[in-house]
Amino acid sequence: MTAISDMPDVPRAARRPQVGNPMLRWLRSNLFSSIPNGILTIVLLAVLAKGVISFVQWGIASAVWLTPANDSSACRAVRGIGACWAVIPEKYRFILFGTYPFDEQWRPALSVVLFIPLFYLSTRRALWRRELVFIWIGALALISVLMWGGVLGLSFVSQDRWGGLPVTLILATFGLAFGFPLGILVALGRRSKLPAIRSLSVLYVELIRGVPLVSLLFMASVMFPLFMPSGFNIDKLLRAQIAIILFAGAYLAEVIRGGLQAVPRGQYEAADALGLSYWRKHRLIILPQAIRHVIPPLVNTFIAFFKDTSLVLIIGIFDLLTTAKTAIIDPAWQQFSVEVYIFVAAIYFVFCFAMSRYSRSLEASGAR
Amino acid sequence: MTSDVPRPPPRRRFIGAFGRRELKGLFWQVLVVGIAVAVVAFLWSNTVTNLSARRITTGFAFLGREAGMPIADSLLAYNPRDTYLWAFIVGVTNTLRVAVIGIVLATILGTLIGISRLSANWLLSRLAAVYVETLRDIPLLLQLLFWYVLMQALPAARAAWRPVEGVFLSNRGLILPAIPFGPAQLAVLGTAVLGCAVFYIVRRSLVAQQMRDGKPRSAWPFAVALVIALPALASVLLGASWSIEWPELRGFNFVGGLTLAPEYFALLLALVTYTSAFVAEIVRSGIQSVPRGQWDAANALGLRRSFMLRQIILPQALRVIVPPMTSQYLNLTKNSSLAVAIGYQDVVSIANTTLNQTGQAIEAIALIMAVFLTISLGISFFMNWYNARIALVER
Repeated sequence: MTAISDMPDVPRAARRPQVGNPMLRWLRSNLFSSIPNGILTIVLLAVLAKGVISFVQWGIASAVWLTPANDSSACRAVRGIGACWAVIPEKYRFILFGTYPFDEQWRPALSVVLFIPLFYLSTRRALWRRELVFIWIGALALISVLMWGGVLGLSFVSQDRWGGLPVTLILATFGLAFGFPLGILVALGRRSKLPAIRSLSVLYVELIRGVPLVSLLFMASVMFPLFMPSGFNIDKLLRAQIAIILFAGAYLAEVIRGGLQAVPRGQYEAADALGLSYWRKHRLIILPQAIRHVIPPLVNTFIAFFKDTSLVLIIGIFDLLTTAKTAIIDPAWQQFSVEVYIFVAAIYFVFCFAMSRYSRSLEASGAR
Repeated sequence: MTSDVPRPPPRRRFIGAFGRRELKGLFWQVLVVGIAVAVVAFLWSNTVTNLSARRITTGFAFLGREAGMPIADSLLAYNPRDTYLWAFIVGVTNTLRVAVIGIVLATILGTLIGISRLSANWLLSRLAAVYVETLRDIPLLLQLLFWYVLMQALPAARAAWRPVEGVFLSNRGLILPAIPFGPAQLAVLGTAVLGCAVFYIVRRSLVAQQMRDGKPRSAWPFAVALVIALPALASVLLGASWSIEWPELRGFNFVGGLTLAPEYFALLLALVTYTSAFVAEIVRSGIQSVPRGQWDAANALGLRRSFMLRQIILPQALRVIVPPMTSQYLNLTKNSSLAVAIGYQDVVSIANTTLNQTGQAIEAIALIMAVFLTISLGISFFMNWYNARIALVER
């Protein structure tokens, strides 16, 4: 990617000598460069000021920040005038951790904390080596132990009691961890010279990408029991996780295929000339180059997934969005759903924004 | 030049005659296909056993039965006594109604925001950037629920907001003034479309003639005749009335005008605002991909700005814009299935109700997949055609 430049516009007027206050000069060139531009600036400022003032009035000035436990009368009094942020301290444990046993909620909290260094380490370029795979396996195993328990004196918590932010993170992260190898295999299959393997891969990718994730999730929740031998059934969360992995695999395969296409032919020929086998050729020569080419789109795909995990709400799995929606069923707090949604949106935003910044910085540095 | 007798080719063993590479390839293919067939057969036999245990007969015969489900908001006439097949068709039209209008509005809004991001006005470009970043980084389903909650919190019909005369916003949805449409109006609209098509052909032949002899020919008389005069004539002949019907509050509800139900309006709003953020980024990068030299060259030729944008910049930018735009259109269509979360009855929602009522899970999901695959293929087909039309013609 070339550096982002300004809009290539009409050539700028001959450079004027730089006189006057630099701030005024900035204002003049960026906000009041022409009469229509100046009018636009003033109109925008007016609209912005009106928006900001009414938001401050609603969200800060007239807002209720704290109320006595389970008493929403103060909030009801300012309904329609001010926000009721008191609903957040009232409900945050449920929103973040769902129905996980209350006294054990440090375990999901610790899991969430563990995810953050895992993501951070994965962004370090110096660590893009085989060790990263072991770090991932270790961290995911540790998180599983924390969430399930049953060993080391931790009491067992079955996964139908999991909920909130850890479930969202688990669905997204495990989706990536398993979808990625699947995506690599399918991408290789799609570029294979063997017709049967190629057509199977094409069929898989096009089928999954052609239908909405909602229908895959319905399939996981309704049809999966029909597919299995009677008496054999697996948990709903795991079924949704499988649907998300299959979904992730198809989308990641297309991204990786783009990377494979970007590797010059000479690299394949050189690997063949060295007499490397198919798998060694791809593992040692082709894939490392192909994946480096597509890291920014891979991060973008991951952002898309992270948001798409919220769709499990439709089949009734308690992820972050579902717990938020459930928290406000409580009649006392029912009218304050906007505040709860803003709180949850902020959580999603922090994760996605961090990832998109990272992807942007990779693009800028050329991802070499 | 040596006159050596060529050495005979090395003799191969029988297995080598077939080629080790081919044999290996055959082995892998047989293995993978074998596994795939085995998995499908396993799932199939389980399904057959499970279905017979639950006394569900497979097949699409259930489509002929009475659906008995209410559908609140539909373009086509429907009542619960109709068949499942008709309910499905109503669902498909509801999906298309959101998807088509959503695609048009998202394209317009996204283009405006994408251009704003490139504006010389610092404030405008910053605001556009904030819009894009915020909407892109929040899940669509969350935005949808948010809009729906806001929609439900609107005042009742009697105290409806009136942002503009004749437009009402209340918890019954958005009510707009409308022109009532009958067969006469449809016929006039049809003539206009036909006129546009004929004009397109005429213009092409005019351009082709100009290419041959170099004489410019003006196309506007044809445009006036075909696109304006012809439909106007049809309108007069058919006596079509174009009077606007204004909605009125009578009792507890509105009479007349066009009503967008809260579910539909929330879904449309969420899809359009969310997708427009992605469209804006595509438009921005498309315009930025046109090299600066092209602008400079067009300016040096002394072209007018509108001509320059239309003939020089846009054709080059579109080549970059169209392929990712196709996938955004597909995404919008697939995302319209989130309707099920707020109770707008699109095809997925109706299939889901059918599935719960009849237990025909496989058929219902197969129908959803068939509908979406058809829509996806249709959009891809159209966009590929358009893309081929605007693609760079290389000598």
